[in-house]
Amino acid sequence: MARIGVFVCHCGSNIAGTVNIAQVMAAAQTMPLVTFVADNKYSCSEIGQTAIREAILKQKLERVVIAACSPQMHEATFRKTVAQAGLNPYLLEIANIREHCSWVHSNDKAAATKKAIELVKMAVAKVARHEALFTKEIGLTKKALVIGGGISGIQAALDMANAGYPVILVEREPTIGGRMAQLDKTFPTLDCSSCILTPKMVEVAQHPNITLLTYAEVKSVRGFVGNFEVEILQRARKVDASKCTSCGICWQKCPEKIPAEFNLGLGPRAAIYTPFPQAVPNIPSIDLAHCRYIKYQEFVARGEEGKKPPQCRICERLCPPQAIDWEQSDQVLVEKVGAIVVATGYQTFDHTRYGEFGAGRYPDVITGIQLERLLSASGPTEGEVVRPSDGTHPKTVVFVSCVGSRDERMGRAYCSNVCCMYMAKQAILLKEHDPEVQSYIFYIDIRAGGKGYEEFIRRAQEEARAIYLRGRISHIYQDGKKLIVRGEDSLLGRPVEIAADLVVLATGIEPSAGAKELAQSLNISYDAHGFMVEAHPKLRPVESRTEGIFLAGTAIAPNDIPGCVAQGSAAAVKALAVLSRPSLVSDPMVAIVDPLRCTGCFACQRACAFNAIDSQVTRDGKTIAVVNESLCKGCGLCVSACRGVAMNLKGFSQQQLLAEVNALWR
Amino acid sequence: MAGRTYAYYPGCALHGTAREYDVSARLVCQTLNVKLQEIKDWSCCGASSAASLSPLLGIALPAHNLKLAAAMELPITTPCAMCSYRLKTAAHELKDEATARQVSEVLGSAVGPEVTVEPLLQVLSEDLSFPIRKPLTGLKVACYYGCLLVRPKSVLQFDDEENPQTMDRLITALGAEAIDWGLKTECCGAGLPLARPDLVHRLAYRIISLAQRLGADCIATACPMCQSNLDIHQKEIEAEHGEKLGLPIFYFTQLLGLALGFTPRELYLHKHLTNPLPLLRAKGLG
Repeated sequence: MARIGVFVCHCGSNIAGTVNIAQVMAAAQTMPLVTFVADNKYSCSEIGQTAIREAILKQKLERVVIAACSPQMHEATFRKTVAQAGLNPYLLEIANIREHCSWVHSNDKAAATKKAIELVKMAVAKVARHEALFTKEIGLTKKALVIGGGISGIQAALDMANAGYPVILVEREPTIGGRMAQLDKTFPTLDCSSCILTPKMVEVAQHPNITLLTYAEVKSVRGFVGNFEVEILQRARKVDASKCTSCGICWQKCPEKIPAEFNLGLGPRAAIYTPFPQAVPNIPSIDLAHCRYIKYQEFVARGEEGKKPPQCRICERLCPPQAIDWEQSDQVLVEKVGAIVVATGYQTFDHTRYGEFGAGRYPDVITGIQLERLLSASGPTEGEVVRPSDGTHPKTVVFVSCVGSRDERMGRAYCSNVCCMYMAKQAILLKEHDPEVQSYIFYIDIRAGGKGYEEFIRRAQEEARAIYLRGRISHIYQDGKKLIVRGEDSLLGRPVEIAADLVVLATGIEPSAGAKELAQSLNISYDAHGFMVEAHPKLRPVESRTEGIFLAGTAIAPNDIPGCVAQGSAAAVKALAVLSRPSLVSDPMVAIVDPLRCTGCFACQRACAFNAIDSQVTRDGKTIAVVNESLCKGCGLCVSACRGVAMNLKGFSQQQLLAEVNALWR
Repeated sequence: MAGRTYAYYPGCALHGTAREYDVSARLVCQTLNVKLQEIKDWSCCGASSAASLSPLLGIALPAHNLKLAAAMELPITTPCAMCSYRLKTAAHELKDEATARQVSEVLGSAVGPEVTVEPLLQVLSEDLSFPIRKPLTGLKVACYYGCLLVRPKSVLQFDDEENPQTMDRLITALGAEAIDWGLKTECCGAGLPLARPDLVHRLAYRIISLAQRLGADCIATACPMCQSNLDIHQKEIEAEHGEKLGLPIFYFTQLLGLALGFTPRELYLHKHLTNPLPLLRAKGLG
């Protein structure tokens, strides 16, 4: 017969303020097999843990119940405590009398005390049937995958690579650099975005520990922490990277011109292109949707009548090293990695949903990121800020904040975090470009919480003479060459109207297209907007709830560059903490098959979400189910699916759960 | 559209100040084989006044007319933007059971939201293949919808609130050119001509002068309030701004009527204060 010790925690007043601890202790004294009962002000403190350890040794306890907070909080802590006293760590049961009891029943102390007693009673009945469980060591692949090659992903990849671990960096676009590569200058220091980003991009390309896969996408992820198997689709560039010298003749001579995505349609690009001059890798890609030769091939393949389109193939003829490779096709690569960092970044809100701002009809109503391209020396106008409609220099510029942020009408209640700052920055830059520019900034609140940010807003107001108007814009319409912007000055309490040359919409941040689908294949959670959900918003901000998968940057929430870089590094450290372990420890609370009862129906296999049920043939020729312990998550689905009561879950056996239920009514 | 019969709700304005809207609407409907049966014993829809005094009255007045149309087993059409707004709002509010009960009590018999209400503009734009006898070639029109024809979208369920297109398509189908402009659903101040003429002049000036600057020869409307408000103040506004306006303000039904071959007199164009005849003569349409 086991000797059971019960420890009741006060948790300061968190539990003791509602639950009568003395009554719980008195009741516990009378429970079967309980030989020792004690209380503790804070069980998780060093003093509390020492008291538990000493009691186990002194009282020769064989099982322990700790009535305290949720096992999610401190089960791991207390398992270590009892192990230090020589007990098997799985001979412990937590009775959750805080989250499940005192916190939710603080208005009824008597009932809370009664419930606490019942919870302890159940835990005692269960722990009496606990068995010693033992962990196993499993191997791991000491290699990381980073999804997304923006600044967050670049930082994570470099930090892990510099720590000596191999990293695969997968980027969907033909180049890394992400949104930061599109920016002109960065707030609040006004250093040039590409000047600080490009060296990092080059470092990624040259790093011996980094395998860079651009124009590639993660298709599927299987496995578990330490042992993920990833399928990556490498899209065909139709350019042989080993031959290409990045001379640029191909894209200079390509006759097909289409609006450049990188410049948000403000300038053209060719059908064979690199998004921008400092692209990494600087290997052009052929845009299959627009290439004339591809169109010709498709026409021939359709077997249509009529005049064939031109074959073109100018790039092929002019390429000095003959790097154009029409035979190149998409490839699926399979890689094994131990940890994954998700840094899929953001896109901007589609402002054409705002009818009152012209719904995209007015060429001189542009977005903040379009203005970045106009300001940038490597942009479509080489840094000259001109109106898209007529190429003239705007003198009166109106900024509209919170376009697709803080607007529940658009389903976007959240703040996009960076717009207040980048509007101030752009107002300063516009003044530097042309002292005659007068900026007006319509705002709801000015959010400038970062280091040096408030001072920067002051600079926009005092040096760049930007006029800040608190209020929203009701209507923008074209009157000849001017855009009439009408809104409210809510501080003066009256309508305002400004005849502007250029209107800049501070479009909000939303998760990149495809982020939700990726999260689904990674089995990590995302919120209603598609932002990835952290394991804990405060204490585990760069971990997903799936072990071994970490998060960084604007995939989690709108963030600025310093925040993204910090998260990239933080996610790298968390991933390194996995990769640097000699081996991983498996959770012993997994399913187990009773071979004598299993009929081989494999209902368990169909129920299992983790592919953890294999089959095996016994010596008498019977085919039965067997659990792959390294894949099993201990969810228990197979147990409820099993018709023959052959499945059981270690640590949560049917007998243990039944004992809990019996204890309740006894 | 063609061949269909509607319960016709002209509304008070069309029996009074906006007689030319009523006349032109009936003429074009007759030509296009859209049958209008005027609702017998219809009452005022309450316009903007009733609802501002009593929300219940604001629903009950149009609900009375919905009930009459329900008895005719016909969908309602009305040329007036204010009327269609009130009728549609009532039908929308009657979806709420408590409101429906309350209104039924006031009216003395049950009334539900089942009657459909379509503004005449919507009815006449369903099929744009008009039997045109005199295309409006060379006429540049600013289509002006006003506040109430498309707002609020959740109730009106008809066209875009900021940049509606229905009338533009109809006018284009007549051979005229509909200019693209940003004040299609701007308020003209029609509720305040007596209380705040200064405000009305400012708002009307904004609309008329922008249309003129963007090259419009005239403005087309679908609302008796908009039409009269933009039409009758032009002389005063001209005096205030020292600027020549003189932009004719048509009902869209009048422009449709011209294209279908009716004369200006048949369409009561002589009733407008800003004389449209010189423009029509200049364009060869008079």
